[in-house]
Order: sequence, then C-alpha cells, then structure tokens
Amino acid sequence: MTKAAGLRTIPALVTVCLLAGPVLAGLAGTVLPAFGYLPVLGYGSLSLEPFRQLSAEPGLVRSVALSFGTGLVASLLSLAIVLAFAAGWYGTATFRRISRLLSPLLSVPHAAAAIGLAFLIAPSGFAVRLFSPWATGWTRPPDLLIVQDPMGMAMTLGLVAKEVPFLFLMTLAALNRPHVRDYFKAGESLGYGRMAVFFTIVLPQIYPLIRLPVLAVIAYSTSVVDVATILGSTTPPPLAPRLVSWMNDPDLEMRLMASAGALLQLMLSTAAIATYLALETVASAFARASATRGRRRQADGAARRTALGVMFIVIAAMILSIALLVLWAAAKSWWFPAALPQHWSLERAGNAFILGLPALTSTLALAGLAAVIATSLTIWLMEAQGRSGNGSQRRLKLFIFLPLLLPQVSFLFGLQMLFLVFGLGGSFLSVLLAHLVFVFPYAFLSLSDPWQRLDPRYEKAAAALGASRARIFWQVRLPILLRPVLVTLAVAAAVSVGQYLPTLMIGAGRIVTVTTESVALASGGNRQFAALYAVLQLIIPLAGFSLAAAVPAVVYRNRAALRPALF
Amino acid sequence: MRQDSFQGLALDQVAIRLDGEILLEIGCRIRPGEILTIMGESGSGKSSLLDFIAGFLRPDFEAGGRVLLNGRDLTGLPAQERAIGLMFQAPLLFPHMSVLQNLVFAIPASIRSKTDRRDRAERALEDVGLKGFGGRDPATLSGGQQTRVALMRTLLAEPQALLLDEPFSSLDRTRRADVRDLVFDLARKKGLPVLLVTHDEEDAAAAAGDIHPLETGRMAG
Repeated sequence: MTKAAGLRTIPALVTVCLLAGPVLAGLAGTVLPAFGYLPVLGYGSLSLEPFRQLSAEPGLVRSVALSFGTGLVASLLSLAIVLAFAAGWYGTATFRRISRLLSPLLSVPHAAAAIGLAFLIAPSGFAVRLFSPWATGWTRPPDLLIVQDPMGMAMTLGLVAKEVPFLFLMTLAALNRPHVRDYFKAGESLGYGRMAVFFTIVLPQIYPLIRLPVLAVIAYSTSVVDVATILGSTTPPPLAPRLVSWMNDPDLEMRLMASAGALLQLMLSTAAIATYLALETVASAFARASATRGRRRQADGAARRTALGVMFIVIAAMILSIALLVLWAAAKSWWFPAALPQHWSLERAGNAFILGLPALTSTLALAGLAAVIATSLTIWLMEAQGRSGNGSQRRLKLFIFLPLLLPQVSFLFGLQMLFLVFGLGGSFLSVLLAHLVFVFPYAFLSLSDPWQRLDPRYEKAAAALGASRARIFWQVRLPILLRPVLVTLAVAAAVSVGQYLPTLMIGAGRIVTVTTESVALASGGNRQFAALYAVLQLIIPLAGFSLAAAVPAVVYRNRAALRPALF
Repeated sequence: MRQDSFQGLALDQVAIRLDGEILLEIGCRIRPGEILTIMGESGSGKSSLLDFIAGFLRPDFEAGGRVLLNGRDLTGLPAQERAIGLMFQAPLLFPHMSVLQNLVFAIPASIRSKTDRRDRAERALEDVGLKGFGGRDPATLSGGQQTRVALMRTLLAEPQALLLDEPFSSLDRTRRADVRDLVFDLARKKGLPVLLVTHDEEDAAAAAGDIHPLETGRMAG
C-alpha cells in the first residue's frame, strides 16, 4: 500500500518542484534585494533604501494607476463581453460559428496581436488610411496620440482583444457540462428571457469553473510587459515595463530598486484581484436578490444584439490586425495614406527570414520541448491522481495555477538573479525551465477535463480482459484521447511561443525568440521587420493546431465515435 | 467451512461498507454453467459488489470476505489476474479499434501467431452471426450487434467466470431475448459460473437459476 501511495505522489512532487520551486525561489530572490540584501553585488545589510529610491521615481503613482486601471478594466470588459455573448447566443448557430472563429485566435501571441492592433488603429494605421484623404482631408498621419495614449486606452483594447478569446474558451468548456442545455430549456419554459436564464440559472453553476481563469487574466493584465511596451503610454509607462527597464539598467544598483518595484507590482496585482473579489460579492448578492423577484425579462433582443455586435467588433479587429501583419510583412513600400502597399517584395521578407533563423530555431526548440514535457507530465500526473482522492487534488491545483496568479515580474527578477548566481543565466535549459512554469498550467487546463471525463469503464473492460496497466495506457486510453492530447501539445507550444518576459529576463539576451525580437523591433519602430517576426510568431501555433486537427482526422477517418463532438 | 475445493465462483461472507455503514452482505456459490441472478434496485450496492468481485472497488469502500474462483482466492489480486469476464450495461467496444482489433485485443498473449489470433477472432464473429464485420467501425454497428461483439471479446480472453452488469438493458425488446439466450447458451456451453445483476424480471426468469434479492444496507440496517 505504502509503495503504491509513494508511486502516486512522485508525479505530484515533480509538479510541485517544477512549478513552486522556481516561483518560491524567485520570490525570495526578489524580496531580499528589495530590502537591500544582494551579497553578490556587495550589498550585505538590510535596509529600506530601495523603497525610498523607488518612491522618489517621478511619475510612480501614475504608473501604478495605469497598471491597475488598464489591467482591471481590460479584465472586467473581457469578462462582460464573453458572458453577455454566451448569455444571448449559447446554443444558436451564430454561437457555433463565432466559437469556431475564436478558438484559433486564442493561439495568437500577445505581442503579435498588439503589433497588429497598432497597425490598425495608429494615426498612420489602416483605419485612418481607409478614410484618408477623401473623408478626413489628411495627407499626412494626424498628430494624434492614439497608440500609447496617456490614458492607456489602446493598451486596454489590446488586452481585451487577447483575453476575450481566452475567457470565451474557458466559458465554453464550462458550458460543456452535462445538462446545461436542459437548464436553458427549463428556464425558458418558465417564461424567462434567454439572458435572464443564463445569468440567474446557468452562470451560478458554471462560474466556479471560470473564476480561476478570470483571476489569472487580472494578474496578467495588471503586470503585462510586451503589450504595454507596444501599446502602452510612455509618459510615464505602466509599472511593469518600467521595472524591466530598471532591471536591465547598466547601473547594477538599479536592480535593488527594481526588486522593490516588483514587490510593489505584487501588491498592485493583489489589490486588483481583491477589488475584483469585492465586486464579485456585490454582483452575486445583487443577482441572488433579483433572481427571486420573478421578473421574466423577456425583452432582451436589444441586449442580445449589442452583445453580438461588440463580440463581432473584437473578432473583426483581431482578424484585420492579423491580415495587416501579413500585408506589412510582404510590403516593400506603403506610404500614407494609401490603403494598400504600393510595392510588394517577398525578397526582403526572405532575407529577414534567413536573418531570423536562429531566433526561429530556438523558438521552435523551446516550444517543442516545453510542449512535450508539460503534456507528458500532465498525463503522468493524471494517471497517478486518477486513483487517489479528491482532497489532495484541490491542493495540487492551487500549486499548478500559482504561477498564473502572480505577476510574472515578481518572481522572474529573483529567478534571473538566482540563475546568474549559479552560472545558468542565459542558458537554454534555464529558459526552458522558466517557460515550463507558465506552459504547464495551460497544458493541465487543456487536458485534465477530457482525461478525467473518459468513461472509466473502458479501463475496466480492458483490465478484465487481462490487459496490463501499460497496455491499457498505450493501447486504450492514449489512442482514444489522441485528439485532446495533440490539442494540448499545440496549446502548450503556443503558450511557449507567446512567452515574452521569461525569455527576456532569463534568456539575458543570449536566448532570443521571434517574440522577443518582434517586440524589440516594434518598439524600435521598424514596422516591416516587426510584422515579419510577428507573422513567424503566428505560424508556429497555426501549424501546431492544424496538425492537431489533421492527424486524428486522418488516423480515425473511419471511426465515427472519435469525430470531434459538436457541442 | 472450507471452500477451497469448490469448483465455480464462491463469495465467502462478503460485506461492503462505506463510511462504516454496511452497504450489502452476501455469501453464495455458483457452480460451473449455473447462473445466479442478483436483483436489486439502483443504489443497493450492486455495482460495488461487481467492482469488488472484478477487482475495481474504489479505495474509499471497505470490503470484508473472500472471492474464490475454482478454489483460487482472488481477494487482493489485481483485476488483470482474476480471469473474470465482465460485461457492462454498454458494450464499450474500444472506439479507436475496428471490430476485429477489439476481438484480437482480448486474445491471451500466449497465442503468438498473428494468423492464429486473427483466425480465432474471425471464428468468434462467425459464431455470433457477424461474419465479415471484422473491418467495420464499431460505432456503425447496431446495439445488438455491438453487444454480441462485446460478448465474444469477453469470452476470447478465456475467463473462468462471467459477471453480467445488466448487459441487456440498452437493447430494445425484440432483440433482447435473442442476445440474452445467446449469452446464457455460450456461458453454459463453456461451463462458466455466471453472476447476473439486473432489475428486470424477464432477465431473471430467462436465467432460470437461483435469485438472490439484494436489500439496501440502509433498509436492512
């Protein structure tokens, strides 16, 4: 018995070490320098000097307010858009069509989406060009601060464009529970409007499943660096990008202040999450009170159409942004106010591609390895956990999602310094480890549901036929779950490709990926090259998801039960 | 009482508890070729009993007593080593395999030759009137056909006893009797002790064996 219990806990231990190890070590490596303790650089005594310096930084309050405001507003807006749309349209053909559009958009890395959005809404961007000069009279880009506006509106939009697909897919998975459709029917036959049924009957049941993703979105949005660098204000920038620039300052003393700032970031994100939880309490109390009043709210046509319209705008902006990335990558010259490039050239794209080959290779290697390791570990964990109780599973889940609930900078700073101390800074292995910390939670999120939902009787039937554990795994469970396993590999690879800050901080400039390159090029103002690298960012996840769809379709072309279920 | 020399399936003072409360208690013997029917409403612990006999009881249940098959004590053995065939309410043919692959999967590894394994599977299909169905996708078969394939898959693994967990409940009335007779016939021919769990009176009557009513532990206690 004890031996079996031991075997069961090994994967859980590996998981906890892999995730909590870097996070906790990184946090410690951030906290100590924040209080003036960094012996490697000759700072051996604790002091509050770093915090004093930090508070003396000009515009700090504004940076904090920007991070807090943009992050929280973007998260709330994304959630509202997703829930309103699901409420109004779940179960309709429109809903199905939109979900097919949104799934691939999830794999677009944040940086690529932000660059594309900048091409769309900038003063010299596509939207202005469409109306110039015939409607606006502009022959030169107007002198407006649309992108990098001081209020952070462009940045908020960029975050919404990325978080809507994510929250939507999480909601979709939650709606996939049994009986949800019946609840809709039951509510509607009692005379309630469709949206009223969703908010009073369905949402309270599925909300626990989407809560964690929402909190992760808040933690991420309030501390994002790549989107803030591309779309955020520069006078001053939000907190997180400022921290990164201090951290990379040649003056090493700045690192102490950056660490103090990272703790401030941690408090900021925690405050944002706390604010959200307070809003959640108010909203649920309000919902509970209104649910018992019996008002049917049947006239929700206008609300439904609005929800659809907003969702449509988000999707259209994303698709246009991606199209603009491709156009810019293939353009030779594209002067304002022409709506399309005047000259095309694939030669420059080809040259840039060859130039970017090392970055592309390391991106692919990182994504491939991280995906395989994260997916295998998830399967190992699930196979072991499947036979143990529920209590330990909940605690484990908290560990798995911990890296997503903390702002990345808060522990990546410390982690970077730890790697430097151990002489691992800028090595492929250390970057891979940092990627895994963020890739694994998504692999787990993607695979745990289908894995646990597989009818356990298949395993019983095979065991009763005398098949060994290994045979049941390789010949029954794994092949039946081929599709979700491949999708998980693709999700994991896409998450790895999208990692900006971990690559930047841990890679220390020696490991570069197409993502770090494209952000550097975009903030340097090189549109064409930034577009090219952004397109490269898109191609890897696209190839991954295409393979994940194509392989099972071919292998199981004659297996009706294994065709993808239409929800 | 020594039961070690008994041929067939014996349950020796089996008691299953959940959270200290007795779910069910049973002691019985089934001789080769005999069918014992256990009748009980849902919630009476039928599936826990089958899980216990087949080796799948979840760790949160406590079980006492022994399961003996032809004198061999199975209690504590892993499911793989018990040689007990199991049929569920659903046929549960593996959806990624063809009908033939499903059958070949069940044939013991001691039969090495590929053609031998194939021939056995083909013959098994013929035996239940499904000649030529080997290449088919199991999902394209009717419910009755799937159940027949599932039966042959169970028998090809050469079990020494058969547990039937309402395997006919998913079939429509007209097919039900045919499939049921086929299962009982084959089990008798092979001299297997059979334990049938059902809540259907007709199934119980057709089994023509002893009937053991199962009361829920809560009612009994």
